[in-house]
Amino acid sequence: MNCCNHKKLSIKEMKQAHKLLAEFEYIPQEVQRGYANRTLYLNISENTMKIKPISEEIKQKFTGGRGFGLWYLWHAITPQTRWNDPENEIIISPGPIAGITQYPGAGKSYVVSLSPLTDLPIDSNVGGYFGPYLKFAGFDALEIQGKADKDIIIFIDGDNHKIYIEEAPMECVDSHILAEQLTEMYADSEEDKINVSVISSGKAAEHTRIGMLNFSYYDPWRKHTFLKQAGRGGIGTVFRDKKIKALVIKYSNLKGDSNNPVDVERIAKIGVKMHKEIRDLDHLQGRMRTVGTSKLVEIMNDYDLLPVNNFKYGSHPEAHKISSHVWNFSQGLPDGCWYGCTLQCAKKVEGFELKTGPYKGQKVIVDGPEYETAAGVGSNCGIFNRDAVLECNFYCDTYGIDTISFGTICAFVMECYENGIINKEITGGLELYFGNWEAQLEMLHQMARGEGFGKIAGQGIKRLKEIFVKEYGADENFLNDIGMEVKGLEYSEYVTKESLAQQGGYGMANKGPQHDESWLIFMDMVNKQIPTFEDKAEALFYFPLFRTWFSLVGLCKLPWNDIEPADNAEKDEPQKVPEHVQNYVEIFSAVTGKEITKEDIITQSEIVYNFQKVFNLRMGKGTRKYDDIPYRSAGPVTIEEYESRKERYDKQLKEEVGIDIHGMTTQEKIEALRKYRMEQYEKLRDVVYKRRGWTLDAVPKIETLKKLGIDYPEVVEVVKQYL
Amino acid sequence: MVIVNGEKIEWEKNMTISRVLEKCKYSYPNIMVKVNGTLVKREHYSKHIVKDRDVVQVIHLMSGG
Repeated sequence: MNCCNHKKLSIKEMKQAHKLLAEFEYIPQEVQRGYANRTLYLNISENTMKIKPISEEIKQKFTGGRGFGLWYLWHAITPQTRWNDPENEIIISPGPIAGITQYPGAGKSYVVSLSPLTDLPIDSNVGGYFGPYLKFAGFDALEIQGKADKDIIIFIDGDNHKIYIEEAPMECVDSHILAEQLTEMYADSEEDKINVSVISSGKAAEHTRIGMLNFSYYDPWRKHTFLKQAGRGGIGTVFRDKKIKALVIKYSNLKGDSNNPVDVERIAKIGVKMHKEIRDLDHLQGRMRTVGTSKLVEIMNDYDLLPVNNFKYGSHPEAHKISSHVWNFSQGLPDGCWYGCTLQCAKKVEGFELKTGPYKGQKVIVDGPEYETAAGVGSNCGIFNRDAVLECNFYCDTYGIDTISFGTICAFVMECYENGIINKEITGGLELYFGNWEAQLEMLHQMARGEGFGKIAGQGIKRLKEIFVKEYGADENFLNDIGMEVKGLEYSEYVTKESLAQQGGYGMANKGPQHDESWLIFMDMVNKQIPTFEDKAEALFYFPLFRTWFSLVGLCKLPWNDIEPADNAEKDEPQKVPEHVQNYVEIFSAVTGKEITKEDIITQSEIVYNFQKVFNLRMGKGTRKYDDIPYRSAGPVTIEEYESRKERYDKQLKEEVGIDIHGMTTQEKIEALRKYRMEQYEKLRDVVYKRRGWTLDAVPKIETLKKLGIDYPEVVEVVKQYL
Repeated sequence: MVIVNGEKIEWEKNMTISRVLEKCKYSYPNIMVKVNGTLVKREHYSKHIVKDRDVVQVIHLMSGG
């Protein structure tokens, strides 16, 4: 049934249509030092529940968040498990620091599952209130296994210590409606709505592999439920395949010390300083409080890093039409996705009237656009149209699909269309040339309806390449060059051609090419701070591990380096923002009572990072060849691309490669440059793997696992198969 | 000639750091600038005159989404 048909039902009627499948009562447990010390396991095939204690060993080794998610997933599945098997799990874990209210960006959750795109473990981070409320309801992680027969809602009542699994046939699936409906349904009053958080997905997640999860939080000023996205890797697809319509949590007793930290005063002192820094400097630096991450559009455009027309180019004269200046974000109201976040980057566009689709004519609030969305569905598809980007942003969110994968897929099919690989007959009439925002939106609506070319495109670039080669006789090599995916995950939205380090950052990321693991373009390409292979390898050791740490403890990355102390430039290694690193050392120590150093941050991450790498190997996909990158990530594929930056490429051929280019055709120069750049990438991989303690085939050595204390028999057994 | 992050750019009379940044399209706000190895404070960017053959280092403090 179409979601729109449900709007005439009252909340009470929807609630009355629920059928109780299971009800559990649990003994409450207070959080101590950031941990509830147990997890909640639900099997929705059997409608059973189990509470599992978390051992000290697991806390010490895996810390929380992504670490817990990977550990539980490892034990839930086998190497033969596929994403849509009942044993695949969705694990949500907030991490020990998550839920403090004294420091910005401290409400993050991490979601782990087996990805429909990569067939590998995926992790995706998200704000909203669900994660912290889960912990304060008594659980460090929620594991969901099995598949329901019909659509269900799981309600965790953290106030009365009860869990309900209910069939829920009537509510809308699309997130902007469902989150509002369920917030109203489970809150006792308007004032109570802030105590409810909903996880949902949407109709398009049912028909594609790029489904995402929306985590809600209620804004009492706007009286509206807002959504934050766990976007990457298709976890929303797993969610809907399990027939979960929503997870709802309620927790009403939030306090500033709900984490029961060892030293709340120590946290508060650091927090006060940080809030002052944001208040005094944000308007001079990142302008997060006014425009969020959207300002990166104009910055990336200036540096030739903004993806245009499927990553062919890095800038466009019309980029200003989708820059931070055009959105008209509402100002003056709180925009944090967790309490105490003064960075306030969750910007909104209010009163936007939809022009297409099932909600055409309705005025809505759009959450965003963030940089990745504006660049992905905008410039990368040749679309420089404010309203089209907002419309696409809104529908991706409510349909439950990832704007990054959607944007990169759309860019790919547009290039295929312009090259005649696909045509109107194949697309069912969609004229998918660059810039055609109407065709883009129709493809998106098709994904939600589960029909037409949209449904095919929703399978992701990796599978599209196979289809185009097999069904339409496309040139496989060309598609591999321009299809921007690694391991099956679509690229996020940065042009990496001139940064070898970032080519490695994307290619060698465990989950696939997502920038939250490393972002080295300025250090490498602009600053030229890491000129040698060894320099790059050191950066590709430190920064991915440092960033991994946020995913273990429940912190947002943005307050680390999107705001910086006034004297940061005068410090040693300013790119690491040493004062903020010390803040994290202090906060972790003050919450957990375990005094750590900045070196311990790296070690904590290194354990989980290597475990995830072995997990990839266990699933049969972790060796060197799985870090191969599409050539467009490293250099120009087509003549028009080369010619557009001819001066740059000619100079490199002459000065770095040492070739006399006189008399060479552009095609010959492309081939010479390609040979050189891919040799560079191979050399980089050798040095990076070595620095990480891996073999040249990207396999962690036994001594590396021993050093990290994860030489568990089942882990060593996996690695031995590759040595 | 001025060397900026290893690249040669044309020197101009009375060229300030602000002008160097403008010429290089360095619009990213979180940066530090060193001229011949000496840090120049942000408030001096519009006054500090760059001499011919100076070596300017503009360190963009890393960000990303």
